[in-house]
Formats: sequence, C-alpha cells, structure tokens
Amino acid sequence: MIKTTNLSKKYSSKEVLNISTLEIPKGQSFGLVGNNGAGKTTYFSLLLDLIQPTTGQIENNGVVVNTSEDWKPFTSAFIDESFLIGYLTPEEYFYFIGDLRGQNKQDVDNLLAQFEDFFHGEILNQKKYLRDLSKGNQKKAGIVAALIGNPEVIILDEPFANLDPTTQIRLKQIIKDLAEKQGVTVLVSSHDLLHVTDVCERIVVLEKGQIVKDIKTSEATLKELEAHFSGTAEV
Amino acid sequence: MISKFISLEWKQFFRSASFGKSLALKILMGFFALYFIVTFLALGVSLYPGLKKAFPDQDPFIIVNKAIFYWVLMELLIRFFFQKLPVMSVKPLLTLPIKRNTVVNYVLGKSALSFFNFLPLFATIPFSIVLAFEGYSKSVVITWVIAMVLISLISNFLNFIIESVSSETELSYLPIIVVAGGLFALNYFEIVDISGLLSTAILAIANHPIYLLILLAILGVCYWFNFKILRQKLYLDHSLKAKVKEVNTSNLGWTKNFGDIAPFMQLDLRLIWRNKRPKSSVFILVVGLLYGLFFYPNPQFQDSPMIFGFVGIFVTGIFLINFGQFIPAWDSGYYKMLMSQNIKYEQYLKSKYTLMILSVIIMFVLSIPYVYFGWKILAAHFAAAIYNIGVNSYVIMLGGSFNRKKIDLNQRAAFNYQGTGAVQWIIGIPLLILPAAIFGLTSFFINFQVGLFALAFLGLIGIVFHQKLMKLITQKYLDSKYKMIDAFSQDN
Repeated sequence: MIKTTNLSKKYSSKEVLNISTLEIPKGQSFGLVGNNGAGKTTYFSLLLDLIQPTTGQIENNGVVVNTSEDWKPFTSAFIDESFLIGYLTPEEYFYFIGDLRGQNKQDVDNLLAQFEDFFHGEILNQKKYLRDLSKGNQKKAGIVAALIGNPEVIILDEPFANLDPTTQIRLKQIIKDLAEKQGVTVLVSSHDLLHVTDVCERIVVLEKGQIVKDIKTSEATLKELEAHFSGTAEV
Repeated sequence: MISKFISLEWKQFFRSASFGKSLALKILMGFFALYFIVTFLALGVSLYPGLKKAFPDQDPFIIVNKAIFYWVLMELLIRFFFQKLPVMSVKPLLTLPIKRNTVVNYVLGKSALSFFNFLPLFATIPFSIVLAFEGYSKSVVITWVIAMVLISLISNFLNFIIESVSSETELSYLPIIVVAGGLFALNYFEIVDISGLLSTAILAIANHPIYLLILLAILGVCYWFNFKILRQKLYLDHSLKAKVKEVNTSNLGWTKNFGDIAPFMQLDLRLIWRNKRPKSSVFILVVGLLYGLFFYPNPQFQDSPMIFGFVGIFVTGIFLINFGQFIPAWDSGYYKMLMSQNIKYEQYLKSKYTLMILSVIIMFVLSIPYVYFGWKILAAHFAAAIYNIGVNSYVIMLGGSFNRKKIDLNQRAAFNYQGTGAVQWIIGIPLLILPAAIFGLTSFFINFQVGLFALAFLGLIGIVFHQKLMKLITQKYLDSKYKMIDAFSQDN
C-alpha cells in the first residue's frame, strides 16, 4: 500500500530523515517509535505532502504523493490540534470534513453513533466550539474526524498522548478493529512502547532519521524495545 | 529586565517568517512618517504668520487653543483606527520570576514612545518658538508645550481604554463613534461649549504652571486604569475561562445554492461571524457606506467628479480589501489540515471570491441612495463596482499567495485588541489609488463618460477572463504551498 524509496529530507545540510526502503502492506497496523527528533513527524508530513522530500519518493497505493493529489480521497490523518478548526463545534467540524470527503450528513451521523463510547458524552451536543474543549477532548474529535469517509490509510501522530486511560484503552480497540476487520492501513507513532506493542503488528524504530529496527510484534517485542531505548546492549 | 524584553522583541521581529514583508512595510511606513513629520513641521512654522494674515485682529495663540478640542477629537479617532497597544506574548513569561507589574508597565511605557505621541511635537515646538520670538513670555510658551505633550499622552492612554471597552462589546466601532460624535455634537450645537472651556483651561494652565498638576493627575488616572485592565488580563484564567455562553448554530442551508463551494462558504461565514478579527471587517462596512457623506454633500466636490471614482471604489470595495488581504491567512490555523484533505484549491478560492463579489454587489445596492446627490455618483459607483469585481478581487487573491503571516484567531496574544493597525490600510492603497488615478485622469483630461468606461472596461476584461485568471491564481497558491504551510506553523 505504502512504498517508500530512497526517501531523505535535509534541512540545510542536516539530514533529518533517510529511509532507503520501507514497504507497508495493505491492512497492516504499523507503529513508528523513536526518541524526539528521530523523524517520526517528518515522515508523516512527507507522507501527507506537507513538506517536500530532498530525494526519493513515497508511493501511496501507487500514487506518488508529491506529484499527484490522487492519494487524498483514500487517506486521512490527525497530526496535531492544528488539524482542527477552532471556531466550529465538533458536529460542524465533522460535517465539514464529511462534505470534503463526499459524505452526507446521515453518513457522518451513522459513523459518529459508533463512537458514542469513545466520546464519553463530552463531544457531541455540548454547544461548545472546538477551541473551548480540553486538549484531550480536542484529540478525540480530531481522531474520529480522521475516520470519516472510509479512508484506506489513516495516519495518527501520537494518538495516545493527552488522552485519559479509559480513552486510551478504547482507542487501542478502535485501531485494532480498523486494521483487522476493515483492512485499513493504520500508521501510528508513539512514545509509549506499551501501547504501540499492544496495537501494532509491526513496529519500526527510527533513530536520527534512520530505520534501526523493523520488528514483527510478538511477546518479546516490548522487552526488546525497552532494552533498546534504555541503552542496554542488545542480544 | 526591560533590556531583556527589548531583545525578545528584536528577535521576534528578525526571526519571523514574514520578516521580509514586515521590513518592507516598516520602510514604507517610515516614508509615511517622514511625510507627516514634514507636513507638521511646515504647519508649525507657518501657523502663526498664516493666522495673523487671515485674522489680523485676533491673537493666533487664542485661535490655536480654540482649535485644540477638534485636534483632540481627531487624534482620538486616528489613534483608534491606527494605533494599537504593543503586542507581547506573555504566556511564557507568567511562570517566570518576573513581576506582573513589570510586564504591564513595560507594555504601557512602550506605548508612550509611539510615533503618534511625537508627531504633534513637530508642530507645537516650531509654533512655540515663533511665539517666543513674537514676544510671548517664555514661561507661558514652555508651559504650553508641556501641556500639549501631556494632552497627547492622555489621549494615548484614553484610546487604549476605549479600545479595550470596544473589544469587550460586540459593536467594535460603536464606543469611539459615540464618544467622539457625542463630544462633537455637544460642542457643535452649543449645548456645552467644550472647545471654549478647553481653550480657557489651556490658557489658564499656560499662565499658571501649577495647573499642570491637574493634567498630570488626569494622565495618572488614565494610566492607572489601563494598568488595572491589563493586569487583569495577565491571568491565564482570563483567556482560559470556560465560555459558559452556549453557541447557537445554524446550518446555513441556503449556501447549498452555490453548489460545490458550499462547504467552504459555510466555513467562511462562520469564520467571519465567530471570530473577533474578521467580524470587525463586517462592521467596517457601515463606516465604508457612510464614507461618501464626507464628500458628496460638499458642493466643492460636486463639480469635481474625479473624486467619485475613488469614493466608489472605497465604498463598494471596503469589505473586499479588508477581508481579502488576509486570504489565506484566515485559515492559517488549520492550513495543514486543509492541505491534506481531498479539496480542490480552486473551490477554496472560488468561495472567497464569491464572498467578496457578493459584498461588492451588496455595497453597491446599499449605496444607491447616494443618487440623491446626482446620477453621476450612481454611475461612478457602478463602474467602480465592476472594477472591484473584475480587477481588485483577483489582485487581492494573487497578493494572498505571498501571504506568510499567521493569524491567530483564538487571540492568545493577550494584548491584541483588534490586530488591525496602520499596516492594514497601507496594503489597500494600490487597490484604491490605481483605479482612482485611472478614473481621475481620464475624466479630467477627456470626460466623465470616458472615465466611467475605462473603469468598467478594465473590470469587464477581468470578468471575461475569469477562468483563466482563477487558474493562474490557483497555480500561484499551489506553487507556494510548502512555504505557506511552513510559515503558518510558526507562531510569530
């Protein structure tokens, strides 16, 4: 589904990302971990064509993202709060995204009904603008908005940060379902090793812009990651 | 501490993404400042001999003092529209060991150094030197200058009080219009002879320097009031305070008539109605509409139809200029999201275009009553409206593709009342002056009808090439996509 070749990004002379090859098959739940500055957000921004690659390219379902815009209909993302429109209410925001993705009001309402649990009664019918919601609730709205319009690729940057424990657990279930039952390719980045190992079938570790580990998740994965990040010697 | 603040602001200016643009504007404003300085100097030097010549039997000093009331009113109005309290991002400072009072005093102190406070000096000092040469007592003259400085400072701080009041209410321009209009009316209809009283007061002060203390006290009160307002704003809960007010939503179903641009139209309408800054560009419509009244009732302008073109462009295009120049910065807060969505840039721009065109048409219709002052005015407004639709709308959208400055709609900058200063008006100049010049020159050298035709013709060319122009503009936006995303994700 997503094929990265010879991708690199340089700011002046400093290279922040260099991935010679990375293929993510359809329906995989894919986790990206790494310390600050490892290049996670840079990779996602390149994938969304928000910044230009210095060399190489990313193909999303056969579409080269920085030359054509045809990947947009089947790709959605929530990177940070700047994806929200502060002066809309959550409902208006969902309908707006729905309009852009060719969904009518009823479609959106049907989708939202599935997430009643996840919203925990704090998002819908609050008569509040998004800008007046707490950080955590803003995040919930943004994540659900990324699910509107049956996207085939969903990109979530740090989805677990700022969420309360109950919501984190529910979100994990949502992501698992998307990948397993609906065949959606989900890309998640996180600093929380436990969550990522719980959710993702495959985990890639970035370090200073390079892929240093590419693991198929198993029982031992969490230990391995912890050992890697605590700096103890690898086996 | 103050030196640290200054260095912070210095860095903010030089490291900002819109640095080039800000610098160019600063230079342009420098020229304007120079122009005003020269004008005021000339006024100061020539005032005494001029008045002596015009009114040989009166004391020029007294005449000037009588005019001070009008000057103060003018000053208040000009300050309200052009002078803003210096903006400072205070949130990072709140948890640091800096006294809140220091921050407030710094911001207020900085405002005292504003150009607006120095400008009158360029007139008052030469005038007072002439007075001294003409034999007025030196102590009177010096006291008078000090009094003028104090009056300037009082109106400086009074203006910020008015601005803060008007930013609290929904009717952004009402307070200043009520205050200035009320004072003017009281004086004009001789209910209270304010200009006479003020002139007597200033003369009394000039003769008895001890009365300067009264002005100082007024200044002190104004400063203290500002201090209180600002200090209160320095608590986060002031901006974080949950707005209990329930929002009323409407689904704006009628926009569906506009077809595929409907989602963006809805977004733009909500943008305008729910945020203070764009909302003020709606209230400015009223100001724009009344603008013609400055000119048309005056018989002097009746005979010079050249001016009609300028007024017409201004009246019909005021929303276009005010709203249009911040495309696409209005959407800067969520620009990244828009760019990753399945949208056509053309639809996005078309929505803004439609909105601006609608405003031009509405303004033209509302300005039809000016026909009372002559059919020529109506004709000129019509030609100007076509020009606005066919030329200015494209120019302003094209200009938008060079826009690199983020607008924070959520108004986190605690001291940012309206965020529209002198800069905003400068951008409007080429949009106003060029058509006014075209119309003025053709109607002056050839005749009025040709002037009308020239404006309308240019506008029609634009309308005919609508598709082509939109394509060109869309391409421009696409070309600068990455630069805009980068600039809009910076905070300053």
